[in-house]
Amino acid sequence: MTDRISINGESKLLSSSTLIELLEENGVDSSKGGVAVALNGEVVPRADWAQTSMKCDDKVEIVHIVRGG
Amino acid sequence: MDTKVANNEFTIAGKTFSSRFLIGTSRYPNQQIMMDAIEASGAEIVTVAVRRVSQDSGGEGLYDLLGDRFHLLPNTAGCFTARDAVVTAELAREALETNWIKLEVIGDDETLFPDVEQLLRAAEELVNKGFIVLPYCNDDPITCKKLEDMGCAAVMPLAAPIGSGMGIRNPYNLRIIREQCSVPIIVDAGVGTASDAAEALELGCDGILLNTAVAGARDPVKMAKAMKLGIEAGRYAFEAGRIPRRLYATASTPTDGAIEL
Repeated sequence: MTDRISINGESKLLSSSTLIELLEENGVDSSKGGVAVALNGEVVPRADWAQTSMKCDDKVEIVHIVRGG
Repeated sequence: MDTKVANNEFTIAGKTFSSRFLIGTSRYPNQQIMMDAIEASGAEIVTVAVRRVSQDSGGEGLYDLLGDRFHLLPNTAGCFTARDAVVTAELAREALETNWIKLEVIGDDETLFPDVEQLLRAAEELVNKGFIVLPYCNDDPITCKKLEDMGCAAVMPLAAPIGSGMGIRNPYNLRIIREQCSVPIIVDAGVGTASDAAEALELGCDGILLNTAVAGARDPVKMAKAMKLGIEAGRYAFEAGRIPRRLYATASTPTDGAIEL
C-alpha cells in the first residue's frame, strides 16, 4: 500500500480507511467540539466523518479553535 | 430611553448583547490572566481563530474553556484571498456550530490592511451561504456602505492598524460611516487605551472589538476594566450629546449681580 495523502500540508501514507480513524491517528479526539475537517477544500460535516474515506492524493485539513483577535 | 442609564445593550442580526465590548483571546501572558481579563471586560462576544491541528499542540482546549460561557466569534485571520476566507469560515462554522464570522481578508503582511476587493467578494459569498458576516474593513464609508448593502450584519472599520494602539486616526470618517450606515458599527483594531474606546462610542459607534490593547498592557485585567468603563462612558456621552465646539469662551457663572467697583 503506497497511496499517500496530504494532511495539513504534510505528505503521509494513507493508512486509515475513514476520516474518523484518521483523526484518531492524528491525536484528535473526534468526540470533542471545536474541530473541523476539509477534504480537498470542501468541509466534511461531523456526521459524515465515520463514512468518509480517502483516496490517493487527497488533501485533508484538520483544524481546531485557537486563540485569536 | 432611560435618562439615567446608558443603553449598553446592542443588537446584531437580531441577537441582543449586554456589552458593547468584544474581546480577543490572543497574546495574554497566560491563560489565567486571559480568563480574568475577559471576566473584567464584561464582554459576551469573544473572538477565536481556526488553525491546523499540529502534532505537538494536541488541542488547546480553548473550546472547552470558553465555549459554554461566551458567544464565540471565529475569525478568518491570516487569510489573504476570498477563497481561503470562505473555506476558513466554513470550517469555523462546522467546528463551533455557529454561522457568525468575523471576516478578515488581509492585503499586506506589514500593515494588515484589508484587501477590499477580496473582502467584498468573500463577504458576498458568505452572506449568500447564510453566514452572519461581521467584516473587518477600512474606515472607508464607501466600502462600509457596500458591505451593508450586500447584507453584512455589521461593519467593523479599523481605527488604526491591527495591534498598533494608535487610536482613532480618522474620526471624521467614522462619523460619516455612522451617518451613512444603519447596521451596527464596531471599531475593530487600533484602539490603544480607554479614551480611544470612549471616543469611538462618542462618535456614535456601537461597539469595540480589541485584543492587543488589553493583552499587551502591563496589567491586562485592569486595562480590560478600563476599556469597559471607557466604552460605557463614551456611550453615556453619545446619548447625552456633547455641546457644540466654540472658539471663544461662554461664561458658566451668571454675570448678573456681580459687584462693580
